[in-house]
Amino acid sequence: MSAVAAPRVPDADAVRDILRGVVDPEIPTVSIVDLGMVERIEVGPERIEVELLPTFVGCPAQELIRGAVVDALASFGRQAIVGFSFRRPWTSDRITAAGRERLAASGFAPPAEPADVRCPYCTSARVAMDSVFGPTQCRSLFYCRACRQPFEAFKLV
Amino acid sequence: MTIAALDPRTGTALAGLLLSMADDEFVIGFSDSEWTGIAPILEEDVAMSSLAQDELGHARALYELLAGVLGDGRDADALAYDREPEAYRHARLLDHGRGDWATTIARRLLYETADAARLASIGEGWPPLAELVAKIRREERYHVMHVLAWTDRLARAGGDARSRFVAALEALAPDAPTVLAAQEGEAALLEAGILTRPMTSAAASWRAEVAGILGPLGITIALEQAADTARSRSGHSRDFRWLWGELTSVRRSDPGATW
Repeated sequence: MSAVAAPRVPDADAVRDILRGVVDPEIPTVSIVDLGMVERIEVGPERIEVELLPTFVGCPAQELIRGAVVDALASFGRQAIVGFSFRRPWTSDRITAAGRERLAASGFAPPAEPADVRCPYCTSARVAMDSVFGPTQCRSLFYCRACRQPFEAFKLV
Repeated sequence: MTIAALDPRTGTALAGLLLSMADDEFVIGFSDSEWTGIAPILEEDVAMSSLAQDELGHARALYELLAGVLGDGRDADALAYDREPEAYRHARLLDHGRGDWATTIARRLLYETADAARLASIGEGWPPLAELVAKIRREERYHVMHVLAWTDRLARAGGDARSRFVAALEALAPDAPTVLAAQEGEAALLEAGILTRPMTSAAASWRAEVAGILGPLGITIALEQAADTARSRSGHSRDFRWLWGELTSVRRSDPGATW
């Protein structure tokens, strides 16, 4: 996944850096780190454990993401134990500021109360929710009346 | 955590609760997915498919917890698919076939509100369930938004839309309380803090909520107290047997295969 050379002694920061190269296939512009999905990283002498929080319980991308994380950690040469948990609920405020910016730059309105959603293209508030449900579980469909552009907004969960 | 870690009475009751919740989400998820491709408008095609995906995801997570509690070697897929129709424990409300759009919305309204009352009754007694429920409740918010918008739309439309919707609510009302039928071993679940209130009190708050939604629309339906779980979650209909045939067909076509 990443061409970064593995450090001799991996630590949690090194692992986190590698994970910045792993994306949710349904939101390819934002890494799982910026999405706030990485809950826990533990680096032991023989293995690396990563605990991820699913954005939605039934998100079909979980297995793909888990596999991508395992692949990304392979460069450390240690056993990688990667799993999802509900130990704490993933909430949309776990998305980092950089993550929110990147979402908007790729045409997705970051999570907000439906009344507070702004158009990611022209920032207008003259938007209307067309449908609560969009092409993936985590997004709703909106239309901007100012620039006449349909767009998707992340659900606030 | 296997069933052995809990005292046997609590473990058995917890397994019963998990099975009821999982089967409910599984059956409504599959019923909703029947609209994929044929919903009245494109947005609803997307919405019903997305709702179905959410419910099936919840079912899967609940079956996984159940698999851990039972510890008998069956995984989530085996629990979901490898049972005869008689062994499913979903509420009788979900035994009704898909019907028309009004029936689907009426069933969603009655189920979502009852399920919300049930989720609000889950305590911290068994952390894996409490954690999952905390996550599920955040997602259900959008389901409620969707069904309330349609309830309003159909009820205020008048004419055929309203009369079909009211007729569907009346037809489903006798079976709606089955979602909140008293759980077997409820006393043990309350004692362990897995439930924070008996299902009768969840049902009371649910009835008040439904009345608060339908009253302003000029609709009144009678929601009685449900019979016990044994009767509320068994003896499934022909509609369900048909659905079971559909939803298990791929699994049965090649048992044990990895898809």
